Amino acid sequence: MTKDRIAVAMSGGVDSSVAAALLSNQGHDVFGLMLRLWSEPGQSSSGQNRCCSPASVSRARQVAAILDIPFYVIDARKEFHKDVVEFFIDKYSSGVTPNPCLECNRNVRWGHLMSKALSMGATHIATGHYARINKNEGKWQLLRGCDNNKDQSYALSMLGQSELEHTLFPVGSYTKTEIRSLANDFGLPVAQRQDSQDLCFLADKDYRRFMQEYAPQSLKPGPIMNSNGETLGQHKGLPLYTIGQRKGIGVSAPEPLYVLSKNRSDNTLIVEKRSKLGKKYLKAKKVNWISGNSTQNKIRAGVQIRYTAKAVSAWIIPINNNEVEVEFDHQINDIAPGQAAVFYQDSVCLGGGIID
Amino acid sequence: MDHAATTPVDPEVVAAMLPFFSNEYGNPSSIHRWGQRADHAITSSREDIANILNCEVDEIIFTSCGSESDNLALRGIALAAREQGNSNHIIISAIEHPAILGTAQHLRNHHGFDITILPVDQHGFTSAEDLRNAIQPDTFLVSIMYANNEIGVVQPISELAEIAHEYNILFHTDAVQAAGQLPLDVENLDIDLMSMSAHKFYGPKGVGVLYARRDTLTHSHQTGGSQENGLRAGTHNVPLIVGMATALNIVAARRSQDNSKMKVLRNKLIKSTLDTIPGALLTGHRTRRLPNNASFVFEGIDGNELIMHLDLSNIAASSGSACKTGNPEPSNVLSALALPSKLSLGSLRLSIGRHTDDSDIEYVQQVLPTVINNMRDNLQ
Repeated sequence: MTKDRIAVAMSGGVDSSVAAALLSNQGHDVFGLMLRLWSEPGQSSSGQNRCCSPASVSRARQVAAILDIPFYVIDARKEFHKDVVEFFIDKYSSGVTPNPCLECNRNVRWGHLMSKALSMGATHIATGHYARINKNEGKWQLLRGCDNNKDQSYALSMLGQSELEHTLFPVGSYTKTEIRSLANDFGLPVAQRQDSQDLCFLADKDYRRFMQEYAPQSLKPGPIMNSNGETLGQHKGLPLYTIGQRKGIGVSAPEPLYVLSKNRSDNTLIVEKRSKLGKKYLKAKKVNWISGNSTQNKIRAGVQIRYTAKAVSAWIIPINNNEVEVEFDHQINDIAPGQAAVFYQDSVCLGGGIID
Repeated sequence: MDHAATTPVDPEVVAAMLPFFSNEYGNPSSIHRWGQRADHAITSSREDIANILNCEVDEIIFTSCGSESDNLALRGIALAAREQGNSNHIIISAIEHPAILGTAQHLRNHHGFDITILPVDQHGFTSAEDLRNAIQPDTFLVSIMYANNEIGVVQPISELAEIAHEYNILFHTDAVQAAGQLPLDVENLDIDLMSMSAHKFYGPKGVGVLYARRDTLTHSHQTGGSQENGLRAGTHNVPLIVGMATALNIVAARRSQDNSKMKVLRNKLIKSTLDTIPGALLTGHRTRRLPNNASFVFEGIDGNELIMHLDLSNIAASSGSACKTGNPEPSNVLSALALPSKLSLGSLRLSIGRHTDDSDIEYVQQVLPTVINNMRDNLQ
């Protein structure tokens, strides 16, 4: 076989390490890449982005050395700041709940990293994501990872044909347990660390503090009301609240209250009892159809509205090429604008859009 | 193509070191015969090195590396100066190694010394005029690098030293990069202190030397035992010191022959690179440079990525704009040359060695233009 040159996006974690090992073992010409990303200065112990802390870099380097593959760090702090951090501040300021991981995948990993990798002679980039790629009737498909608990296709729903053609997810057909055991077989260090590096650029994990520091102008106190217009208290700025949130609203009531909606025009936070939550419809914008073709007719699909949510049955009703309406079979409590709504048919990810 | 970073240990050097690991493992400070034999090895090594440097044996101080030698020189001399009145000012150049720059800055920030950093011209030269103008009544030390690690420029050391001496100021030179290729006679050079490191001249890593003219260095920055006349506490690393002396002997014997061979190859490399790659500029001086150094900047190229591309083509090189952590900023050397920023991020240092041959150069001549072309295409 011809030796493909493959760039593996390495994080130092077990998944991408095993991805590199599997490809290297198959005889490919593998090299490792790691992105250096922007992080909030100062506060964390290392002052480093958690996706590329010195400890992670050093672990990735060790893995590359064990596998005897080249390993390089590419600076993407500027791109990351512009495409992810500014986006994050922007979206929160405008009152929605953004998904920075998706944006990072869209612009930084499958943008910056992929173009660097291809210019270095790679035919593919590979990552340690739990997802699979399949070719069906001449089209590339994105499938859920085999490990139901680990599936990461949600955050990859913005990929298209041209990205999938040059992408590999070597760990997607294994379970996490199998990956750990493979790491062991390959003699790779299995670091005990959390899987998710969500909001990796924050010094701590507190996005509210981050917003207070980096976008204080977006935080204007205003009234907290129920849907009858009764004022119950004062909020500290709409960006600090998420639809469906219960904890930390700061209003005491006989029955727990949840954030129902945020009204930007009069800077009001609407809260209600759980029984009053729930919506059957959402509108998604910036819709990406992985096949490259938008649907003309309404279709049945499972729709997942958060990274950790289960897909629920719904109708997808096209509005135009980039927008759809989703009609759920049942009411959903925590539809948060800014998050992605991702569409599935069985394990095939059809694509997704940003909840309006 | 990265012999300025480090060199392979000469097999003869390895052979000379081996007995001193497990057989002749005595501590040279011991009174007994095992210690005496180790001490003999150290003394012979010291004699060999003193011979090549044309200095006295007690002017040779063994250290662990070039950086330590630089630290000892600056800090030791500064400590002594502190005890005299009216000695508070050190002069260095803008293209010094971080071991000098960082130490000088530390002496300024934490010990109140006054530091002047001399600018360099577009080739990297420090001018005698600038040095003379920078001298103050309280200047006690000038430290100027013999040959630069990134751009290979060779400073007019004896000329600069002479100026310092006119004002009774000590002159130190960091000769880490120069030692494998340039004359090291300290009398001819007219210098007072000189730092070297074995791994740059086919010796082992982890051992260096500081030459300090008698009675100049009286203070140590490392306290403990009385090794090296009390100037550098710590048990002698016998095998590495023996290896360094052996390596320097070999270098001294074959220097002129190696240099003429390397110059031919280096000139080929420089010529073809400038001829075949648009937007390429030689950094440093055309002729007054280390025989093994060919350094460039390329317009619109990221030096960091250039090194990765070359590595994937099996060429090891370095860049003053690159670092392992992916931080693309021009080094202090490239910044000091005042290059436009579209150039200064695209630096490449190719440094050849005594085993480099025509076929190596031809391979680089073939790969480099292609890689640069591809990288530029990718930007569009």
